Amino acid sequence: MHIPDGYLGPITCVAGFAAMAPVWAIASSKVKKTLQAKQVPLLAIGAAFSFVIMMFNVPIPGGTTGHAVGAVLVAILLCPWAATIAVSVALVIQALLFGDGGITAIGANCFNMAFVLPFVGYGIYRIISGNSPVTSVRRVIAAGIGGYIGLVVASLCAGIEFGIQPLLHHTASGQALYCPYGLNIAVPAMVGGHALIFGWVELLVTALVVKFLQIQEPSLLKTELEVVK
Amino acid sequence: MKITTKLWLGLGTLALLSPIGLYLPEKFKAGDAWGEWDGDKIKEFVGYIPAGFEKLSSLWHAAMPDYAFKGWEEKGLGHLSFAYIVSAVVGIALCVGGAWLLGKLLSGKQ
Repeated sequence: MHIPDGYLGPITCVAGFAAMAPVWAIASSKVKKTLQAKQVPLLAIGAAFSFVIMMFNVPIPGGTTGHAVGAVLVAILLCPWAATIAVSVALVIQALLFGDGGITAIGANCFNMAFVLPFVGYGIYRIISGNSPVTSVRRVIAAGIGGYIGLVVASLCAGIEFGIQPLLHHTASGQALYCPYGLNIAVPAMVGGHALIFGWVELLVTALVVKFLQIQEPSLLKTELEVVK
Repeated sequence: MKITTKLWLGLGTLALLSPIGLYLPEKFKAGDAWGEWDGDKIKEFVGYIPAGFEKLSSLWHAAMPDYAFKGWEEKGLGHLSFAYIVSAVVGIALCVGGAWLLGKLLSGKQ
């Protein structure tokens, strides 16, 4: 889901950064208010976890590859705003040092994977969790489904960003200037792969780590409100 | 053992196991991720290289493209796996450094 340089035209690139500028600003001020000094290592571990889990490419034989992002997990451990910061750090390093994701597409890629993904996934997690105890099975299932739906919705956003390019930018003769595939191909391709395979990887990763933390250190899974109680 | 120690160890384990993410797509001939092809591949698919793509795609030259060392593209899977683990370690270190710094800056000003 790392959109490279050259696939998005200037309008979408600028829109990506324009959308992320206020998100990054709000995330900074939210994290400033809520992050305790002792949680700083968790933020660092979250960014590193997201980075390395994205290296585990999973194949669809003869077709394509994809990977989990781990953003919903970071959102559950800290908060969705902290996940925005952690995953953004990972995405920027991937783009700058490893050429994974374009530098012109950092805004759009962060929008999909560092904003839409943790917020949608965390929202689903909270809705399904309800008032269930921190160590309940329900929380594990909620985390998994949150991860799955978060990743699929993020892939839908990426598919739309790819797919609108032929509409936005083309030559007089109809040749595309950037991504050559329209919505009719890009959206099913992105959503299909993620709904079929990669979403399940995110589901497993998120659910398994939440299960592990339930056994090892359930206090990490408490939300802010539960901590106050 | 403290939980954060366990999580650090988990990260180290993931870095060592990361070549799985290189090996599996190779083994199943999965090719590139959708929408992450180079110009030649796009030409193969649609018959031309989009003009804007051609200009923008070479904008940035990453130091370790595709989590490998420059010039190692033709090396075997063993070499690439080594480069992949090095990339994982370097990436983890930079993410930890970057997020730690941001976290300190933000949490310290309460």
